[in-house]
Amino acid sequence: MDINMTLLGQTIAMIVFVWFCMKFIWPPIMTAIEARQKEIADGLAAAERGQQSLGKAKAESDEIVDDARKQATQILDQAHARANEIVAEGKADGIKERERQLAAATAEVEQETNRAREELRGQVSAIAVASAEKILRREIDAEAHEDILSKLAAEL
Amino acid sequence: MAGESGHGAQTSGEYIAHHLQNLQVCRVDSEWVWNHCAGNPMAINVDSMVFSVLLGLIFILIFRGAAKKASAGQPGKMQAFVEIVIDFIDSSVKDTFHGKSGLIAPLALTIFVWVFFMNLMDLIPVDWLPMIGAAVGVPYLKVVPTTDVNITFGMSIAVFFLIIFYSIKTKGIGGFIAELTLHPIAPPMKGFGLIAAPFIIAFNFILESVSLLAKPLSLSLRLFGNMFAGELIFILIALLGVWQLPLHFGWAVFHILIVTLQAFIFMMLTVVYLTLASEEH
Repeated sequence: MDINMTLLGQTIAMIVFVWFCMKFIWPPIMTAIEARQKEIADGLAAAERGQQSLGKAKAESDEIVDDARKQATQILDQAHARANEIVAEGKADGIKERERQLAAATAEVEQETNRAREELRGQVSAIAVASAEKILRREIDAEAHEDILSKLAAEL
Repeated sequence: MAGESGHGAQTSGEYIAHHLQNLQVCRVDSEWVWNHCAGNPMAINVDSMVFSVLLGLIFILIFRGAAKKASAGQPGKMQAFVEIVIDFIDSSVKDTFHGKSGLIAPLALTIFVWVFFMNLMDLIPVDWLPMIGAAVGVPYLKVVPTTDVNITFGMSIAVFFLIIFYSIKTKGIGGFIAELTLHPIAPPMKGFGLIAAPFIIAFNFILESVSLLAKPLSLSLRLFGNMFAGELIFILIALLGVWQLPLHFGWAVFHILIVTLQAFIFMMLTVVYLTLASEEH
């Protein structure tokens, strides 16, 4: 319990330890802590910026998707309209073609009929002439009554 | 428990006295003498010195290890712990001391951790280290350096000189002397009052000197008193046979608080004194 040289020894030890701490312990650790604080603050700021730009990108992408959807609907509508148009056109074409073919067929039938009628007429007149010739051979000169005969043939 | 030396049965008084005896060495008649140094001002308390320096080295090793590995990257567990301690000290110092000083914060860190380690030796059961010491031929061993008044005084004297240094640094030698002599009663500077001025200055000087000297004295005696009393109670508990087990546990739990608190108070008061010293009035 006496005061003795231990006091001086402890004072010297304390000066040495404090000096060492001041020189080699406090500054590097403090520097590291401050650097890390700055890094963390920067990181948080960067995260916030990232979040913001993410929100912006999201809005942008939503807009793009909306546009695309609208466009798609438009294209679909157009396609439908065009399809209807094509079908209507086809229908009209079909009707026209049918009518054309019908008309052609009708004309052909008529032609054929006329031709047949003409032929028939020729034949009938020939037969009539032949029969008349046979009848008249005895009474009429064919040459003399030519005009009457051809008139007759035309009437048939 | 009480059987360190080969002198047979001890009385309680001898046991306590033995525990409170430092291992001392001194020079008598140009010869190194062990343990016969009572009253010799040149003696050295070897146990206090050895444990104090050892614990200081442990502090240095732990914190230097962390300082070497310190980087802004992800800290390890040890480094995180060291940084928590340093951050705690740093904020405590910054709350009190507003100037710029590269010394005060490291000083506070050293005081806090070192005193804490020295106080912590109190929690080692009182007989363990002395018994080991006795087994290897060391007759006396006081393991808690802060129960040695030399140790606490040694630290507070360093603080005392720092107080004077900071006072002179901020106020100059004239300012420091003025602080000691012109407060708290301002002496009259002219007229008939000039006759009374020397008496007032002397009175101020006595008053201020006492308050200045009381700072290191109270600083060291507070720590010493708390730790010495705590250690004494541990020794008394160790005399109680089997009942010492629960009592020792209870007192040790309570002592964890005292150990930390006294280290913190020593550190905080050092910072406060240095702040007061380096403030302009």
